[in-house]
Amino acid sequence: MTYVPVGHDATDYAPPAETQEPELYHPKTFIGKYIWSQDAKVIAIQYSITAIGIGVVALVLSWLMRLQLGFPNTFSFIDPSAYLQMVSMHGMIMVIYLLTALFLGGFGNYLIPLMVGARDMVFPYVNMLSYWIYLFAVLLLLASFFVPGGPTGAGWTLYPPQAILTGTPGAGWGIILMLVSLAFFIVGFTMGGLNYVVTVLQARTRGMTLLRLPLTIWGIFVATILALLAFPALFVSAIMMTLDLTLGTSFFMPGIISQGKQLDYGGGSPVLFQHLFWFFGHPEVYIVALPAFGIVSDLISVNARKNIFGYRMMVWAILAIGGLSFIVWAHHMYVSGMNPYFGFFFATTTLIIAIPTALKVYNWVLTLWRGNIRLNVPMLFAIGFIFTFIHGGLTGIFLGNVAVDLALSDTMFVVAHFHMVMAIAPVLVVMGAIYHWYPKMTGRMLDDTLGKIHFWITFLGSYAIYLPMHYLGFLGVPRRYYAMGDTYFVPESAQSLNAAITIAALVVGVAQIIFFYNLVRSYFKGEPSGGNPWEATTLEWQTPETPPTHGNFGKDLPVVYRWAYDYSVPGAEKDFIPQNEPPSPGAGGAAGSHA
Amino acid sequence: MAIAIVLVLLIVGTVLFHFLSPWWFTPIASNWGSIDDTIGITFWVTGFVFVAVNLFMAWVVLRYRHRKQARAHYEPENKKLEWWLIGFTTLGIVAMLAPGLVVWAKFVDVPKDASEFEVISQQWHWSYRFPGRDGVLGTVSTRFIDDANPFGLNPDDPNGRDDVLVASQEVHLPLGKPVKLRLRSKDVLHNFAVAELRVKMDMVPGMIPYLWFTPTRAGKYDILCQELCGVGHFTMRGRLVLESDEAFQKWLAGYPTFAQTSARVAGDAEAGKGHYAVCGACHGAQGEGNPAMNAPRLAGQGDWYLTQQLHYFKQGIRGAHKDDTHGKTMAPMAAALPDEAAVRNVVAYIATLPDAPAPAAVKATARGRAQYEANCGTCHGAKGQGIQAMNAPRIAGLGDWYLTTQIRNFRNRVRGAHPDDKYGSQMGLMAATLVDEQATRELVAYVNGLR
Repeated sequence: MTYVPVGHDATDYAPPAETQEPELYHPKTFIGKYIWSQDAKVIAIQYSITAIGIGVVALVLSWLMRLQLGFPNTFSFIDPSAYLQMVSMHGMIMVIYLLTALFLGGFGNYLIPLMVGARDMVFPYVNMLSYWIYLFAVLLLLASFFVPGGPTGAGWTLYPPQAILTGTPGAGWGIILMLVSLAFFIVGFTMGGLNYVVTVLQARTRGMTLLRLPLTIWGIFVATILALLAFPALFVSAIMMTLDLTLGTSFFMPGIISQGKQLDYGGGSPVLFQHLFWFFGHPEVYIVALPAFGIVSDLISVNARKNIFGYRMMVWAILAIGGLSFIVWAHHMYVSGMNPYFGFFFATTTLIIAIPTALKVYNWVLTLWRGNIRLNVPMLFAIGFIFTFIHGGLTGIFLGNVAVDLALSDTMFVVAHFHMVMAIAPVLVVMGAIYHWYPKMTGRMLDDTLGKIHFWITFLGSYAIYLPMHYLGFLGVPRRYYAMGDTYFVPESAQSLNAAITIAALVVGVAQIIFFYNLVRSYFKGEPSGGNPWEATTLEWQTPETPPTHGNFGKDLPVVYRWAYDYSVPGAEKDFIPQNEPPSPGAGGAAGSHA
Repeated sequence: MAIAIVLVLLIVGTVLFHFLSPWWFTPIASNWGSIDDTIGITFWVTGFVFVAVNLFMAWVVLRYRHRKQARAHYEPENKKLEWWLIGFTTLGIVAMLAPGLVVWAKFVDVPKDASEFEVISQQWHWSYRFPGRDGVLGTVSTRFIDDANPFGLNPDDPNGRDDVLVASQEVHLPLGKPVKLRLRSKDVLHNFAVAELRVKMDMVPGMIPYLWFTPTRAGKYDILCQELCGVGHFTMRGRLVLESDEAFQKWLAGYPTFAQTSARVAGDAEAGKGHYAVCGACHGAQGEGNPAMNAPRLAGQGDWYLTQQLHYFKQGIRGAHKDDTHGKTMAPMAAALPDEAAVRNVVAYIATLPDAPAPAAVKATARGRAQYEANCGTCHGAKGQGIQAMNAPRIAGLGDWYLTTQIRNFRNRVRGAHPDDKYGSQMGLMAATLVDEQATRELVAYVNGLR
């Protein structure tokens, strides 16, 4: 086998810095350091704790929903109205307030400056504001649980007209708080998002070319661009719907009847809302997925002790997926009543997106191939991700193919599909990533045994929840049903299956206590990790202190001489070469190939 | 090591589950077998990828697990391999997409000989409209909708006069003939879905989406709303009966045309007074109701509801269940009303009786109120006044004892479970949500206090 020379590999030369280093604001008080902090690392932890906190609320809501579905008409506090509120809040919180915030606000903030070799985000003050506005949005969302009528029960997609009409739980206060909270979330996110993009483009250290960036950064970077372009669509729809509700405008409201009475609305289009919502909503899927793709690439590469297979293809795939994600949105609307001829276009674009996505999967597996795989906890989570992502990706092909979607749309198959691909898979990455970077954040390792128990229950339990759920969908069991009642076509056994799924969901949920216990316990009692416990090449592992202090890299910024994946370089002494290590003859990456 | 074994077990388990699972597509009842074929192709292609990639991964994890002396291979990329993989993937995608698009092209293109009818959805009911003899559906508009014209037909459109209005959750269709469904919503988004047909489509106020199919297998099928439409979403169920053309024509003939429904004569209260004498023995001379006789209050109740219930009693749809003790008393009384005119007249008489609600017997609680507002008020009205458009009777002032009995009857399927009770199954599903006696008591107490 001859090595294919790769242009982004090691060089002895790093260009001189073109700009001066920014001056950092150095807080003197505890509050300045940890509360109103402008340090991206502290902001990252604030984002993460808030996101995980609200995520736990959504997790509990999912238990309640599952209790109703598994054991219908057993719990008096879950009435049809409460059930819809649980469904709606669970979905909205998980997608936006947990996953988006955690991947971009959490991992983005922590990793971007460290991995590109910057002292901090480019606009630290705006970065701080971003978090506090996010927190405000979360509090508004939580407040909706305590207002008259409770939170909205319009489904997480908030489709008008029902979202703002009597007959939907929370049609007064609940929906207003939801919409206003979303608007604030987007404002906060935009501040953070601009920061992430500008930092990646502007503040990379000397020698860190775009094609030397770790894939984690590529994933977060492209996801952030998607979010910056996609969230405005949600923003305008939230504002227009608020106006329909409060001022009686008719952006999304046609002439309709409610409770037998003519309403004053007229001329608006419910389908317009759906187009706007999914113009945001589909890229949103990749806003969650791309950071997960990036992070898992790095987890796999580090622990297989092997470079990521086909780095440049991986970057192109991320870009292609990001670009395509803007022209597939109406595959969520095949049966929405939109012009059916759209179906041809959107089915084709949707299935095309499967090609770069499949390539990523192949390359992850090919990275493992001929590696020297350390089956530690982050790697287990990464493998769990590949397995569940393959499953969820393949079921996506069913739904993306417009004719097949006719049969499966709005059934439990959809719920099973998107949880496999967008909940379980990314969450496995989040967990793997926390096991991976926790030592950098705290200087201590997470407990290995607890981590393995956590992995096995979470991975196997999640598969037990969602695999059988697809089959309820094949049968035709609709989603968003409070109770199935009697039908001609759903057999009794489906109820037993639902009960089994509920039990699996409760077990997986409770198992997360092990994880949280591990996070707290290890903070105080975990084994000291040292600066680079995984023997990784990327810059965050090369900081002089662990956890890194304000400014990240001590006196001098690191200079980058090679790509992020010099693992097991033939002839090198160790099986990894940090990015900031200059090539030396005989040991340096593919240095010889540099022409 | 363990992970490799588990991966293999998961792959084998998934394949076994797939083949052994009793949960599978329902037997198809329409011409859309081509959808099932596309699903079949998709299963084979994706199934192959699932098994192949995961098995390869399991083997790789086993074969290349960490060894002290070992060193990973160094190969930044292999363009050739990647292009091959892209090529194969593209082939697989084309194999699935192409048949899918062909099927979709058929779905979009309605056959010329398809007959047309309209499905009308509202929170949380179905109804249907067939073109009459002229084969043309009359024009409709939301602004024409009121209690007298629930279908919203344009009264000035001659094409609509002979339209057959099926104010029922159930619809029949003849086998072997393609039909195009005009999907219309009065209020929010709904979705017309029948698992056995394979096709479904949203119903959107302000526009008329469509779908078409040819019924192929006789039988009864559930029509389920599959787009979230509010708190009663899960109760929005209809029934599709596929049968011979003959049986279909007979069924259709049983429903009135728009002209007939608009020409309905009002009842004669004077004539109804005589009929009421029998009723008054139990329900009271003023229709005030009598708990001792287990007779609910009638005064103030909507005439549409009284008419409907009298028909149900007459036809054995209500009051025929063996556990419906009091209903069984009522059934022969209703049967004593000789004809349609008698029903109309007695209902007209009841409408003249003074509306004096039963006194509140129990004190209302905050929980009862919250429960009512969240789950009941949308249909029965914020004040329990009943809303004809929602097919929900007045429940305010009915007396707590009666409400309690009826909720229990609905929950125990003593009432509302008859296949011809158009809206009863809905109330059955709602009553089932009241799982404990305490919840029922508090709810009833609140309703009892409504005026």
